[in-house]
Amino acid sequence: MMCVLSLSLESQAGFNEAAEMLQESFLAKLIAWGLVSALLYHFFAGIKHLIMDMGHCEELESGQLAAKATLIVAGVSILLAGVWIW
Amino acid sequence: MVTSITSFGRSGLYDWMMQRVTALVLLTYTVFMIGYLLFNPGLDYEQWKDLFSGTGMRIYTLLAILSMVAHAWIGMWSVSTDYIKQAGARFVFQSACGLLAFIYVVWGVQILWGI
Repeated sequence: MMCVLSLSLESQAGFNEAAEMLQESFLAKLIAWGLVSALLYHFFAGIKHLIMDMGHCEELESGQLAAKATLIVAGVSILLAGVWIW
Repeated sequence: MVTSITSFGRSGLYDWMMQRVTALVLLTYTVFMIGYLLFNPGLDYEQWKDLFSGTGMRIYTLLAILSMVAHAWIGMWSVSTDYIKQAGARFVFQSACGLLAFIYVVWGVQILWGI
């Protein structure tokens, strides 16, 4: 991620190279998707954690519901990210 | 009294608070970046360079990098103190995390102020 940021900001040629890599290379897309997937899951699970810090969804029933909702939202967003990347 | 010497702020409560504050910084930065990329589909180099040339964006990005590093340290510290029981292995693991964090900060500064 840092490599791509560095490359894309270094020069016009570097930007083109980074953009081309993310548009052409299957492996680059797969790595990007992997990183984004982990980030998105962590992102939504973190929001659920903050909601629980505020004292919501701490009972068995609501907690299980919130956990399932987190998984579903993360799953859908990961699929959407895949569509966006490809 | 023996206090923890490897935790981020030497205090559990402080780490707890920092973990949440850094999480909020990262949340806003993530939402901002996703929004920016979604609304600028045909992004070119000039636009991308202009975005990171502003002092505000540099400060915000550096804040996000520092937040990420602190957030990662607290997270990795929690995991390693829970699961790596052997002190030597834990020390090596935490040192590697600390080294990586340092590298990311210096590298990030170099990228941001080298444009």
